[in-house]
Amino acid sequence: MKKLYAIALLLAAGTLAFGAPPKMPVFRFENFTTANGLPDNHVFTVLVDGDRVWAGTENGLAVYENHAWKSYTAADGLAHRAVLALALDKRTGDVWAGTMGGLSRVSGGRIESYTQLNSGLSNDVVYGVSVEGENVWVATAAGGCRLNVRTGQWSLYNERNTPMAEIWTYAVSATPTKVYYGVWGSGVLEFDQKTGRWDRYDDPDGENEMVLFKDQGLIHEIVTSVSYVDNILWAATYFGDSRYDGRYWHNFLAKDSGLPSNFTNVVKGVDGKRAWFGTDKGLAFYDGENWAVYRPSLADGKPEMTVRDAAGKITSVAVATAPAHNYILGIDFQGRDIWVATAKGLSHGIHQP
Amino acid sequence: MSSRLQNAVGAVLAIMAAASIAVALWSDHTARAASDDGENYASPLEVLLSPDGARLYVLCEQSDEVRVLNAASYASIKNISVGRAPRGFSLSPDGKRLFVTNSWDDTLSVIDTAKLSVAATWPVSAEPSSVVEDRAGRRLYVANRISNDIAVLDAATGVEEKRLLAGRGASYLAISPDGSRIYATHIYPNPSPVRTGLENRMAPESEITEIDAARAVVVERIPLHSIAGVFHVAISGDGRLGAVAEYHPKNLVPLAHLEHGGAFAYTLTLFGADVGKTVEVSLDELERYASQPFGVAIAPDKSRIYVTCGGSEIVTVLDVVRLLRFIRGHKGPFTRDLSASANYVVARIPVGHNPRGLTLSRDGRRLFVANRLDDTISAIDTKTNLVTATVKLAGPTTVSAPRRGEQTFYTARYSFQGQIGCSSCHIDSTFDGLTWDLEPDGFGRDIVDNKMLEDIKDTEPYKWNGGNPDIPTECGPRTEKYFWRSETYDNLTLANLAVYVRSLPPRPNRWLQAGGESTPAQERGKAIFERDVDKFKKPIPELNRCSYCHSGPKGTSQKLFDVGTRKPTDNTGVLKAPMLTNIALTAPYLHDGSARTLEEIWTVFNPDDKHGRTNDLTKDELNDLIEYLRSR
Repeated sequence: MKKLYAIALLLAAGTLAFGAPPKMPVFRFENFTTANGLPDNHVFTVLVDGDRVWAGTENGLAVYENHAWKSYTAADGLAHRAVLALALDKRTGDVWAGTMGGLSRVSGGRIESYTQLNSGLSNDVVYGVSVEGENVWVATAAGGCRLNVRTGQWSLYNERNTPMAEIWTYAVSATPTKVYYGVWGSGVLEFDQKTGRWDRYDDPDGENEMVLFKDQGLIHEIVTSVSYVDNILWAATYFGDSRYDGRYWHNFLAKDSGLPSNFTNVVKGVDGKRAWFGTDKGLAFYDGENWAVYRPSLADGKPEMTVRDAAGKITSVAVATAPAHNYILGIDFQGRDIWVATAKGLSHGIHQP
Repeated sequence: MSSRLQNAVGAVLAIMAAASIAVALWSDHTARAASDDGENYASPLEVLLSPDGARLYVLCEQSDEVRVLNAASYASIKNISVGRAPRGFSLSPDGKRLFVTNSWDDTLSVIDTAKLSVAATWPVSAEPSSVVEDRAGRRLYVANRISNDIAVLDAATGVEEKRLLAGRGASYLAISPDGSRIYATHIYPNPSPVRTGLENRMAPESEITEIDAARAVVVERIPLHSIAGVFHVAISGDGRLGAVAEYHPKNLVPLAHLEHGGAFAYTLTLFGADVGKTVEVSLDELERYASQPFGVAIAPDKSRIYVTCGGSEIVTVLDVVRLLRFIRGHKGPFTRDLSASANYVVARIPVGHNPRGLTLSRDGRRLFVANRLDDTISAIDTKTNLVTATVKLAGPTTVSAPRRGEQTFYTARYSFQGQIGCSSCHIDSTFDGLTWDLEPDGFGRDIVDNKMLEDIKDTEPYKWNGGNPDIPTECGPRTEKYFWRSETYDNLTLANLAVYVRSLPPRPNRWLQAGGESTPAQERGKAIFERDVDKFKKPIPELNRCSYCHSGPKGTSQKLFDVGTRKPTDNTGVLKAPMLTNIALTAPYLHDGSARTLEEIWTVFNPDDKHGRTNDLTKDELNDLIEYLRSR
């Protein structure tokens, strides 16, 4: 008996020593396309509101409720059929949609749209939107905007009143303390709600696409997505990703992390330690040490999940499903489940115990 | 001078003399007409019974009070001063607190009904118009007319939790008997969601906003097609039938066709399980209209619906069994069928001037009606449908000229078949958010936006084309010729009406900061408004400066200009510069309402800088200009 116990202990120790893969979340993905109700397979963004899920597609805004999709189009008042960004006002349940033709507010089924012609919105191409209290922050192709829904006043942020070198704002993440803009070619802008001051974070390598100083600042100037959670900023670029704690930067590149590609469309922080990344080569999760990647295999398209531990060892996990496509554009959470917007469908990752 | 001309001149002089005397008497700058001796009329707007039926609470809009009467003897118990121009009130479910929304000072008065005194006054939002408390006593809901939303407050502290988007001009609220739903209505139509270029020629759209009281979120918006002007909403005791009082304007055809039924249908929309889909039913009858429905009450046993009709000065009584039988037995729509109401309207009870709010006793036997413009309460026996008492509220004993003018403004008695009064389009002496085809010059010609009346004194000429040199002309011959198609005013009536219209003051501007201070954006916008050189240092010709045409304290030079907005269907492009007082409230804009927002005046309709030099402005600067205009 003692012998058997010793063997078991040895086996266990051996497993640890030889790098048993860390436990990472496993999902069963259910995918939605036009075949089962989506208005378009090109899904730019996804938003979870309790039991409802909103999807911004190239051909309308869709909401999934009670196992059925309902779509809103320009004929319903949507500013444009292509919906690029979504944000929820958790207090009122209103959904704000950034589109290629303006900003829309969906409230109790009624849609009000704001454009550069009928309102103070600076530009009709709205890439990002974020709700903070009574303010709706917007990232447009001509700078940032803030709409105060109580007063109806618009405030515009551009090269004239911020350190923005380019005005092509691509993403925004607003909280009561800080607001971050991801700017295409101008790094990250930070607005301090208390002081009203703007700061700018740039890639210390400038516009050089080589990384000379890896953790000394933002990984690249072309910022595609920002997510500010628990006082931690997560920033995605087309050349890697960054985490900033207010003092130190930590950057992630495909060559030295579990990131499947540097080309990152979206990042969404779970908290200060964990985040999800949507790249052109799959969906990735980082738990603070280890990485998991979920995708159809680049080689044969079959469902694939790989885990990379802190030491860099990569292990495959057998899975039967994967997100609808590798080109990931949007991410949101529904409890332990995940919803993923891809270039060819919307995926619901159902967490497996 | 011919005798005809002498008579005409004499009539004009008489009008002007009467107007001058009345203006001299009129010095009180409140929202409504004051008495000859300066004492305010009570102007009862709403009534409520205490849960035990012993007290009658009367909301007095002009004297800024809640008056408490003994509901049996009608003896006065107490007058409680509240805020300015109270517009709505309701009791807490236990009857211990009475909440009052004060529309002109943006406050909520909380009255302790045991002490009959104001226990708290809370700041709320822009022009609070009604209030309800949820059944749990946890939250208050306040409908804000100017900010177009429903504020959700902590019922214990008055602290605002959030605001829910409502219809434009959110004004009236009701809670379902089980407390699960709150229904809100609004008096101006919602803006068109889609830009087609023909928004000003599309039928208006309104809604009943349905709120889940447990979560305090909007869960549904019940559409009211072709409706503009939705007032009180009532829910039956079993929760299966709802009714809203509303106007169904026919603004897309010339108003000159009044004799063809061309101005309004006055209707109820029914909703709830009893009717399934919403059903709109007419209150009008053949050759007589139920003008300007406002208050709605449903009998506790759901046998009757009572509707006050402010312009017709009646209470319309509908038999619910017959109404439901009619709806189920006939194919709609019923809106334009003037014979329909004979199937379900069982009485039209004459009451006082401009009846508004109404309330039923718990047993449904007694109905009380607030007659706003003669300071009375009508008590009606619902078995006989007869007025059993007309209770005169304490106050002025004479009827002043402005007060008579206000009565004329609100009544429909002068128009063909009692169809419309001034207030049909100028709701609560404001506007209606609609464009109208007024003149008999062919369908679709000379479409005009309906303008705000407040502060129009001394801004002549009137009409968009400046065709009327003064208010008596605007309100007299024009109105008689095109609108009433019926009885004309005598000289004194017209003079009184003109005095009343001239007396309408502007409401407080909600975009100025406390103390009337401007924001930095408003200051920057003011500089743009007043500039005489453009951004390229080129002088701006006088006619292209904002401040030239929109000069003076009210923002009008009172002159006519062509700002390049003439449409092929317009008879002229030369238009009077409209005043700017509270311009932020009065969308749509331009003479024909083709600009949905202030921004569109310049982003869409000013390609050649004829409507001011603006095309050199950046978006930030245009936003600043608009921030300034909103503060006017």
